[in-house]
Amino acid sequence: MQKIEEFGARRGEVPPNYLTASRGWRSWIFTLDHKRIGVMYLWSVLAAFLLGGIFAMLVRLELLSPGKTLMEADQYNRAFTLHGAIMIFLFIIPAIPASLGNFALPIMLGAKDVAFPRLNLASYWIYVIGASMALASMFFGGVDTGWTFYTPYSTATTGPVSLLTLAAFVLGFSSIFTGINFIATIHKLRAPGMSWFKMPLFAWALYATSIIQILATPVLGITLLLIVMERAFRVGIFDPALGGDPVLFQHFFWFYSHPAVYIMILPAMGIISEVIPAFSRKTIFGYKAIAYSSVAIAFISFLVWGHHMFTSGQSPLASAVFSFLTFLVAIPSAIKVFNWVATMYRGSIDLKAPMLYGIMFLLLFAIGGLTGLFLGALSVDVHLHDTYFVVAHFHFVMMGGVTIAFLAGLHYWWPKMFGRLYSEKWARVAALLIFVGFNVTFLPQFLMGSRGMPRRYYNYVAEFQPLHTVSTIGSWILAVGLFLVAAYLLASLRKAPDAPANPWDARGLEWTTPSPPPVHNFDTTPVVTRGPYDYRPQEVVA
Amino acid sequence: MSEATNSQLADQVHPPYLQHHFAEPVQQFEAAKIGMWLFLVTEILLFGGLFVGFAVMHSRYPEAFASAHHHLDRALGALNTVVLLVSSFTMALAVAAARAGKRRALIGCLVLTLTLAGVFLVVKYFEYSHKFHEGLLPGRFYSYKGPSVPGEFMFFSFYFLMTGLHALHVLAGMTAISWLIWRARRGDFSAQYYNPVDLVGLYWHLVDMIWIYLFPLLYLIR
Ligand SMILES: [Cu+2]
Repeated sequence: MQKIEEFGARRGEVPPNYLTASRGWRSWIFTLDHKRIGVMYLWSVLAAFLLGGIFAMLVRLELLSPGKTLMEADQYNRAFTLHGAIMIFLFIIPAIPASLGNFALPIMLGAKDVAFPRLNLASYWIYVIGASMALASMFFGGVDTGWTFYTPYSTATTGPVSLLTLAAFVLGFSSIFTGINFIATIHKLRAPGMSWFKMPLFAWALYATSIIQILATPVLGITLLLIVMERAFRVGIFDPALGGDPVLFQHFFWFYSHPAVYIMILPAMGIISEVIPAFSRKTIFGYKAIAYSSVAIAFISFLVWGHHMFTSGQSPLASAVFSFLTFLVAIPSAIKVFNWVATMYRGSIDLKAPMLYGIMFLLLFAIGGLTGLFLGALSVDVHLHDTYFVVAHFHFVMMGGVTIAFLAGLHYWWPKMFGRLYSEKWARVAALLIFVGFNVTFLPQFLMGSRGMPRRYYNYVAEFQPLHTVSTIGSWILAVGLFLVAAYLLASLRKAPDAPANPWDARGLEWTTPSPPPVHNFDTTPVVTRGPYDYRPQEVVA
Repeated sequence: MSEATNSQLADQVHPPYLQHHFAEPVQQFEAAKIGMWLFLVTEILLFGGLFVGFAVMHSRYPEAFASAHHHLDRALGALNTVVLLVSSFTMALAVAAARAGKRRALIGCLVLTLTLAGVFLVVKYFEYSHKFHEGLLPGRFYSYKGPSVPGEFMFFSFYFLMTGLHALHVLAGMTAISWLIWRARRGDFSAQYYNPVDLVGLYWHLVDMIWIYLFPLLYLIR
């Protein structure tokens, strides 16, 4: 403590914050401060996003024309596998909870840290170990199974499949540790006066996310271990040649991986619930409905996995039940969308960068969600299964939904994290490029899919070329937009700190402490008396 | 004089074992308990995958599974069940001793628990080596030549996966108990602070409980 104060004093009159309070690489890699761990996670997931994005660009470039454009068929298989595995396991799953959530959640609850700071640091380093294993698999020849590791191909093909599955297994621990930490933090470390229904909706969303992380990830863990065992010992459980059942693998895999898409989308919805009221200057509409629908989604998400096996020989009765439950999960999602739109209705909307991404999320997520219903319908799915329609649906939810919400959150909390304001002008240009680029990339894929273009294919018939070409050009526009975001955000770090404590005049507790916050978040523990979205005009406190 | 009282007072308000972000020891203890229970849930689900797989394959090859389980030694399995149950009891005694602040009793009970866990693994070792000898090995190493029903091979895949994963958990528990003994000898625990003993106790009971399910499933069910 003493050292920290002296250090601040020497630097001048500015009191030290969590970034300046201590120095040197050791003060980062051994830090127990949730804010620093969040920042380390942020840079790591952004690096993963860049790498996964490079593979995406390579895949799109290869598909510019039929036949060989750039790489051989087996290289293409490895490229889309790495794109998928990196984006899912290294970027989307940890992106919002472990980086923005780690940084913001304890401050939003008025706490000094998460419940288990050492577990939090362990989670980060386990992530680094898992990420290194995944990258190592790239240099040992690459994996060509797709990120879903379907048996029996994944247990028969050559290449470092075991290494990549073990990497995903290790990454699961990091995800579980974050989940355990958040649940304990939300239960035990809320500031005095913050009842469950005075909690920000981002915290509710992270709570629901954590439940899924804890309940689903271990099942993926054992499934991936069984693949490793299958490859090492031929235990036969998933191998039809030995009397095993490859569809059992699909059941196990999707028992995790369907809920996992809610691990990705729920925190994104949490961000939107913060951003929309702040930039509409209105109390959120239907607070409790949004809060409960997060928990409802978490619950129902465990009962729909069979919709991935409509064409795998699943019994018609089971398929019908899974189809019905899949439609059911759309209800809480739609409740949220209606509530956000109702919040904006007659609000005083301020189109700052976070809000631009917030609105973009509403548009793209609506398309992504509704096309999911096409796929959940039994007869339609037979036609659309394993086509580009699925690819487009998935990217509308994961990129148009989660990644856009991640960008909304990044722009919303950036001034809080680093104490700098970015250029709103460039942010608008980038948001426009991203919106246009995204739609030009993925809307044609709906068309191609409904006309029968199969996913993951290296080659295609000539009639699909115009749409593939449009899609590839769209990916270039999208990439330019994303690089522009990186450019102005990084440029803002070169300035002197200029962000006020509350640049958006928002109401959460995180805006009552300086930007960037001090080491212990608050000088005195806050006492909560108002709800988190009380945007009625407030008396000015000097 | 006054300095000593001051630091004593500070210790009462913020004792050394209380981490800075908690307001009071009760809050820290309850948070740790929530964390441990959630971790136990993940362990149950990890094993849950294997239990489901076992159930599916058991329903597919009922005769093979029934015939294969005769290769297991029920007496040794029952012995190990008793050993683990007693070790759970000594672990519960250790927690009670910690709560009462009895250091010697705590160390004694922990050493006893550790010994029983060791006995479990030794018995398991003899069971395994007997299976190895007969060629009842998992997967590609399966080489049993005696009379058998097709599909028995699958039973032994599960037998080794499930008991192997469980044995790894016993080893992890033994590591944790050894760490407790080391800390107890150092005098870290008191009637006010014994969270780690309580948490490792919970973990050990879970390891025990999983075996309680494995034993009838693998050794007794036909
Ligand atoms: Cu699904």
